[in-house]
Amino acid sequence: MTQISRRPVLGLLAGLALAPRAAMAQQPLRIEITEGVIEPVPFAIPDFVPENAAGGEYAASIARVIANNLSSTGLLREIPTSAHIGRIGSFDSPVQFSDWRAISARALITGAVRVNGQQITVKFRLFDVVSGQQLGDGLQLDGSTQAWRRMAHRVSDQVYMRLTGESGYFDSRVVFIAESGPANNRRKQVAIMDQDGENVQYLTDGTALAFAPRFSPTGDRILFTSYETGFPRIYLMDVASRSRRMIGDQPGTMTFAPRFSPDGQSVVYSLSVDGRTDLYLLNVASGQRWQLTQTEAIDTAPSFSPDGQRVVFESDRSGNSQLYTMSLQGGTAYRISQGQGRYSTPVWSPRGDMIAFTKQHNGRFHIGVMRTDGSNERLLTASYLDEGPTWSPNGRVIMFTREEPGANALLMSVDITGRNLRRIPTPGPASDPSWSPLLP
Amino acid sequence: MQLLTKAILVVAALALAACNNPRGGDYDEPTGGMGGIGSTALGDPSDPTSIAYFNQTIGDTVNFTVDSSELSPQAMTILRTQAAWLNRYPDYQILIEGHADERGTREYNVALGARRAARVQQFLMQEGVSAARLRTVSYGKERPIEVCAQQRCWDLNRRAVTVVSR
Repeated sequence: MTQISRRPVLGLLAGLALAPRAAMAQQPLRIEITEGVIEPVPFAIPDFVPENAAGGEYAASIARVIANNLSSTGLLREIPTSAHIGRIGSFDSPVQFSDWRAISARALITGAVRVNGQQITVKFRLFDVVSGQQLGDGLQLDGSTQAWRRMAHRVSDQVYMRLTGESGYFDSRVVFIAESGPANNRRKQVAIMDQDGENVQYLTDGTALAFAPRFSPTGDRILFTSYETGFPRIYLMDVASRSRRMIGDQPGTMTFAPRFSPDGQSVVYSLSVDGRTDLYLLNVASGQRWQLTQTEAIDTAPSFSPDGQRVVFESDRSGNSQLYTMSLQGGTAYRISQGQGRYSTPVWSPRGDMIAFTKQHNGRFHIGVMRTDGSNERLLTASYLDEGPTWSPNGRVIMFTREEPGANALLMSVDITGRNLRRIPTPGPASDPSWSPLLP
Repeated sequence: MQLLTKAILVVAALALAACNNPRGGDYDEPTGGMGGIGSTALGDPSDPTSIAYFNQTIGDTVNFTVDSSELSPQAMTILRTQAAWLNRYPDYQILIEGHADERGTREYNVALGARRAARVQQFLMQEGVSAARLRTVSYGKERPIEVCAQQRCWDLNRRAVTVVSR
């Protein structure tokens, strides 16, 4: 009854628009994340049912967070609660699907919330309204009331997974730079927030210029570059305790552009001395250091492949910035970017099959993706200044910095299909996002 | 005397503000990393031994073309004059700041600024300035001197600034 089809249902959406409903009644709702998805699937999410008085405080809020998450994908479109005919009076009573078909909902999310002291219990179910089937089993989540947003994000991830067959990205965080002050003397603080822009916390006080924070593979530590000493240096911070230390510093040099290896034990970064910028690898625990490149050129913005075997980076060794990949075992760096223009800030996708980058061409900046051999380049955005892509944990969405002339920097996201360009809400000007993995 | 010193400082500060040149930090001390805004007495710009004289009369800044760290003939002229002054007053420490315009990505611009600062450092050393007095730092595109989305500002922002301090 509740079995989810793992078989791709190509053309499902187009088919639904044309075919009589009865013909589709046997097919469970399934969203294919392809370039073919143009028309978002309508869904309804009534307020969750409060199972006790204290639960009432969260009943609407949790539903709102989930609705916002799902709508933000561009794959789904919420039917506002004001249009609902049906009421969910109890979590376990049978759903009157006709009430939801009448408002053209195709997916329905129901839930309940109970609060006992500091403990919150959230339950949810997902239904395919057209076929009248439940998609997957009902699920119960328990946790602290402080983590109520995370519970909503977890539910969102479950819904996303059941509808698309792919893991979600909502229970995740973003580290970024919160900017303030005049453009010629910008105050730049490292900050952290939930992926939807909520729960912003500042990790540095802004007395020192800081840029480009990067998450560890487990999301509990970050790397960033700060001018605390007056010179760019790399810092490693434990997110929970805020304790931090400088790593990889070497007198008379500048160190920046750090990123973790997939096992979290090493950091690859740039070191500038005498005008040349090379890549280095540092073992965080031992402090042992290896030089990875040795050219007169600028080699910077390195990023590991998910298997930890290779590094993609930008270099101007050919005369202008291009992308190269290199084995960590040493050896030749292979140029992968082939198009016209300058390429920079490459980032390997979590699935390992693509590289996102910044491209500068004809006075415009683009965020783009290519295969790891440089083929199939696709530009996703264009503006006065787009830069610094970071991948969502499931590799479906890219967040980046955008600056328009005379305007403050802000965070944007775009699907790797090039659709669904959105602004990420931040309390003020923001730049240099780095997306965490899904939280444990 | 105390009053007079203060008056001179105010004059120097005003002169600096007028030419939009709010620099002069001592980088050997941590300045909080706010782009070189520290506090150092600049002295009277009419005093040829003063920092204010160096900044304004000699000129503390050289500019670069897009993506380049090559020194133009004008830049070399300024740097030769800088070197002569620095050789005459050996008590001053020197920090060369490299900067880039905003038309590049953040990390690349830090590296590019480092390359520009190093080029100036190398030139000053060729002109006899002791390596022991020289340090370099790059701010990439983080500290533009002029802010606008036009060539005019980008041209001014691609620069290396020789910051002297005692």
